[in-house]
Amino acid sequence: MAISADNHGLRLVVRYAVLTLIAIIFIFPLVFMVMSSLKPDQQLLADTASLRAFLPVGDISLDNYWAAFKRAPVALFVMNSIIVTGVTVALSLFFCSTAAFAFVFINWRGRDVILSIILATLIVPFETIAIPLLLISSKLPWIGLDGVTFGWLNSYRVQIIPFIVDGLTIFLFVQFFKDLPSELIEAARVEGASWFQIYRRIVMPLSGPVLATAAILKFLVMYNQYLWPLMVVQEEGYRPVMVGLQYFFQLNRAWGEIMAYLSMITVPVLAFYLYLQKAFIASIASTGVKG
Amino acid sequence: MKHLTIATGALLASVAFTTLAQAQTTLSMWYHGAGNEGEATVLNQIITDFNASQGDWKVELQSFPQAAYNDSVVAGALAGNLPDILDVDGPVMPNWAWAGYMQPLQIDETKIANFLPGPRGMWDGKLYSIGLWDAAVSIVTRQSTLDELKLRTPTLDAPWTLEEFNGALEAAKASGKFEYAFDPGMAWTGEWYPYAFSPLLQSFGGDIVDRSTYKTAEGALNGDAAMAFGAWWQGLFTNGYAQATQDPADRDNGFAAGKYAFSWNGNWAALGALTAFDDTVFLPAPDFGAGAKIGAASWQFGVSAKSQHPNGASAFIEFALQDKYLADFANTTGLIPATASAAAMTDNYKEGGPLAVYYDMTNANALVRPVTPGYVVQAKVFEKALADIANGADVAATLDAATDEINADIEKNGGYGH
Repeated sequence: MAISADNHGLRLVVRYAVLTLIAIIFIFPLVFMVMSSLKPDQQLLADTASLRAFLPVGDISLDNYWAAFKRAPVALFVMNSIIVTGVTVALSLFFCSTAAFAFVFINWRGRDVILSIILATLIVPFETIAIPLLLISSKLPWIGLDGVTFGWLNSYRVQIIPFIVDGLTIFLFVQFFKDLPSELIEAARVEGASWFQIYRRIVMPLSGPVLATAAILKFLVMYNQYLWPLMVVQEEGYRPVMVGLQYFFQLNRAWGEIMAYLSMITVPVLAFYLYLQKAFIASIASTGVKG
Repeated sequence: MKHLTIATGALLASVAFTTLAQAQTTLSMWYHGAGNEGEATVLNQIITDFNASQGDWKVELQSFPQAAYNDSVVAGALAGNLPDILDVDGPVMPNWAWAGYMQPLQIDETKIANFLPGPRGMWDGKLYSIGLWDAAVSIVTRQSTLDELKLRTPTLDAPWTLEEFNGALEAAKASGKFEYAFDPGMAWTGEWYPYAFSPLLQSFGGDIVDRSTYKTAEGALNGDAAMAFGAWWQGLFTNGYAQATQDPADRDNGFAAGKYAFSWNGNWAALGALTAFDDTVFLPAPDFGAGAKIGAASWQFGVSAKSQHPNGASAFIEFALQDKYLADFANTTGLIPATASAAAMTDNYKEGGPLAVYYDMTNANALVRPVTPGYVVQAKVFEKALADIANGADVAATLDAATDEINADIEKNGGYGH
């Protein structure tokens, strides 16, 4: 009995040792980024040859952060990205889940064909449609405070609307909804619930894991947008963080400032992931979807 | 009564100012220098001065980060959303003019008669763009290195020959004091390759494309001279004089850290090199047989084809060509002012200034990259060929393949208007 307890304890120690090692390996780049952001360039480059790169040693200060704020409107870029990403994620969760709901629970003619077409868009890379999308976006009408105007360039909407609905997010919801007990839906129908009531009161409350997964995947895609905003945003006031990163790649690169900027723009991603982490892991465990 | 007079005066002044502001037509301008505080300061000053100097035009600036600028302009052109004034990298200008993104400048060309050749953006016999500065490349080293290795100090009149340059590399390697004898700057990909390395090919007598017709690269990129260049280029790496793959950090700080004896670098990095050692010297490009060559043409101002106010846009550009602004840019960025009179007004390029040698190098050795719309493709083909050769690819096969690729592109585009 005592031997068994020892074995169990040993296994536990080994398991935690391995997990700790893996965690350290994964966290090293982040630690390197943050530590480097605190060092002057000469020291930063010299430290890369040793473990000092991961330690807050030497001439430590926040100078790179102040310099980064001086070089570029960091707060504006982060705010733009949060607006674009946040609105897109929220709208995407709603529209993609309602679409998936219609595909899974409602019988209508052509349902399977339309779903197949939507899923087929998964194999079309964005780069192939970027130019046609640009040409369309540059001529679309919009009703705003100035009345009817044409052309969506230099706006939040041009960065949001084309990305609200996508095949992958609909697919995630469809797969998840298919696994929900059909008895629940049938019972609600018998009780006289409308489709929207079923969606809002029964399906959505059960969909926490897939909502978290879809939100995180969409968040990462939107937060990392580079090509599209580069094409459609010429005004600094609407630029997102990834285009802003280019402000730091001058001929003589200031590596410390780059690391400071990266540290600052990584914070929202980490916060969002940590907030949804539990549901995300539960979703992966139940659907096998990789993040 | 006194208060009433002051109030009336203020009101009249405000109305006059508002009327002036309303009378000014706005000119939009795109610039590649976002994130570069020094350039922004000078450019904003020029714009402020121009806007205040007359009542017809008001320039509004939109800055882009350099790495994203060309793609933004191309996307803007596709969407019909180009500004009135834009800046363009000199060798790219013919492509944008040919593609219909730009129109010729309406400025008095006598005003640029004293400009260095590089900043003048000529295409199809017309002036499409003009730069306030140029850039130059030199061999950066230390006088103490030259002395220890017992090397002759080359001059513009008597640059190192191929044998002397190779001898210098061998001496540096044999000394054992350096990680590598030569730092060509392999970490800087992109335009650096054709800008910095095609002059070496040209010094051998080859070129990226045949400039007599611009319709083929045959004989220029795969002739005897080009093959000799390719073999020499590969030898830099196989002989251990230089590294084919370089850490960007080494490019930035390797010379200052003593890793390299000689660094092939631009004048924009020269001030940093001067602060690294008190005996830093800038040597002219070697002459490999067909004359010493260095690249020319940096960023320049032009007018977009879409502009409804080309006269206003040209007026701004002409305004910006004043020596005082050329000098301001040079003092701020370290770049070479486009005129000798502006150079004399700068701290670095005036006679006896620490960087004056770069003005002389540009004047003596500058050669613009091929003036053709096809250059944007040819530059990428050239870059890949040189990277491949540096990494051990067969020289003849690589240059032949690059020649074929360039020729196919020229043919596909109907000769690019030549």
